[in-house]
Amino acid sequence: MKNVAGLPTRKWSRFEIGFWLLPLIAFFVFPKYLTLGSQILIAGLFALSLDLILGYARIISLGHAAYFGVGAYTAGLLAKYGWGEPISGLAAAATVAAAVGLITSFLVVRGQDLTRLMVTLGIGLMLFEAANQASSITGGVDGLSGVEMRPLFGVFAFGMDGRTAYVYSLAVLFIVFCFARTLVRSPFGLSLRGIREGEKRMPAIGVSVPRKLIVIYTVGAGIAGIAGALLAQTTQFVGIDTLGFPRSAELMIMLVLGGTGYLYGALIGAAVFMVLQDYLANLSAVYWQFWLGLLLVAIVMFARGGLMGGAIALHRRWLRSRT
Amino acid sequence: MLGNLIGVLFDGIAYGSLLFIISIGLSVTMGLMNFVNLAHGAFAMLGGYSCVIAMTRLGLPFLASLPVAFVVSALAGVVLERLLYRRLYRATHLDQVLFSIGLIFMAIAGATWLFGSQQQPVRLPDFLRGQVRVLGLDFGAYRLFLIVVVVAITLALTWLIERTRFGAEVRASVDNQQASAGLGINVERVFSLTFALGSGLAGLGGGLGIDVLGLDPTFPLKYMVYFLLVVAVGGAGTIKGPLFAALILGVFDVAGKYYVPQLGSFVIYVVMVAMLLVFPQGLVGRRA
Repeated sequence: MKNVAGLPTRKWSRFEIGFWLLPLIAFFVFPKYLTLGSQILIAGLFALSLDLILGYARIISLGHAAYFGVGAYTAGLLAKYGWGEPISGLAAAATVAAAVGLITSFLVVRGQDLTRLMVTLGIGLMLFEAANQASSITGGVDGLSGVEMRPLFGVFAFGMDGRTAYVYSLAVLFIVFCFARTLVRSPFGLSLRGIREGEKRMPAIGVSVPRKLIVIYTVGAGIAGIAGALLAQTTQFVGIDTLGFPRSAELMIMLVLGGTGYLYGALIGAAVFMVLQDYLANLSAVYWQFWLGLLLVAIVMFARGGLMGGAIALHRRWLRSRT
Repeated sequence: MLGNLIGVLFDGIAYGSLLFIISIGLSVTMGLMNFVNLAHGAFAMLGGYSCVIAMTRLGLPFLASLPVAFVVSALAGVVLERLLYRRLYRATHLDQVLFSIGLIFMAIAGATWLFGSQQQPVRLPDFLRGQVRVLGLDFGAYRLFLIVVVVAITLALTWLIERTRFGAEVRASVDNQQASAGLGINVERVFSLTFALGSGLAGLGGGLGIDVLGLDPTFPLKYMVYFLLVVAVGGAGTIKGPLFAALILGVFDVAGKYYVPQLGSFVIYVVMVAMLLVFPQGLVGRRA
């Protein structure tokens, strides 16, 4: 197919290939940090799911953790009650989360920014409260323990060294990323961008805005469910904080830190965020929250594009200086 | 049973009144400046802590500490509006949401650092404690006091907005900023003053609410939904809408927690989502 200027291509660039080599190199260079590594990969996957709905469709969601939590509890409960096979558990979690996403998407796409904000927030809080009250099933505030995973493919057990967890998370992240990458480069992805840039004009060229938004919201929810399930499976525990508002807020911070609407921004933001958190939160949890807030204010005031936006601007300047 | 019902209704109205005082400023920010300010609760918390400090360190009586709460929060509102908020009026809602979440986190961390994470006690004067007997029914004196205060504030606000020159400027700016500026109204000054007034009222509400809502550093996050809800359900930019919404929410929340405690806060979230779907523009839709 001939390239049309301005339209995205399917080809992987050098930067992308180099980017995906990094987690592979990290596996061999930092064998002691594989647990943190898989946390980063999971957070990256979760941020990726938000990027699809926020970065591409501009739906402001304050309750995206709802789907993460639904996925986590689905995978956790399945494993607790005897279905410990990881991959089918992952598929089940994705299905359930996507179903919840589909049902709630009808409520979400109805309103405008403020209503959407409130409805997503309300859905998140509702699920949190439901999990909190149904403590006989979910374990309530104590969390869901007793999650026992069977080895991956019957061979690789989830051990203390975190090797299986890391490789498993990385593989899932990469597969989902390829899917998301294809999705946003497809005509469907382009129509989402069209909605983002001018929602009122899209019906004029024959695009049903609510239908597109429902689809992407459902996909985003399903991917968030996969991320939640990964967390449940690799840590063999589900805390009620997987559903909480702070998780939704932190997720947004990761995404805007990395930059919205690039897919890679979500992964970079998650990595930077998690490393910073690991370092600073150990010093003091209160200070960490303060710096987090300050960081957010600073991003909004001075660095709208996030890290990816900044990097792309630098790259463009460099290209221009060469010509 | 009937006594219970009236009691629940009364407590709900008192609770709703409190939500109204705190949220009315948010209604103005959203209606006038079209700014989604999730951090509004931080001003209420600031008011609450000012109240506590005024009572414990300065030895002021409770009633005298309330104006302190108003003034401190209003001043903080003016400073933040000039320095930060003003720069984001034209930003996207996403930026405003992120910015205000950042402020919430900083407020929570700051309050934890300064005052510790425990609940702050408040000592009410004797005449506001205990019960008052009206028409054979016992009512909490403090809750009665809350309702009276809110009625007074609502009347004063209505007078301010409907009858004064400043109120006319506010209404004009809400309806059409550009035309108002063209007519010689200093819209920026109107923004600053209304933001200060809204923050001050939130602070006053925070001070009044210590006894009912409690006061600890997570306050802005814990009640964020309620404040947003009042405005989103009531419709931004009016007084009547948020008042109705606050009273409805207050009654449902208290009734839900009293009659079906096992559901906890679930009731209020269901009510919220349902009301948002039925009235996407709020109970009292703003004139376009």
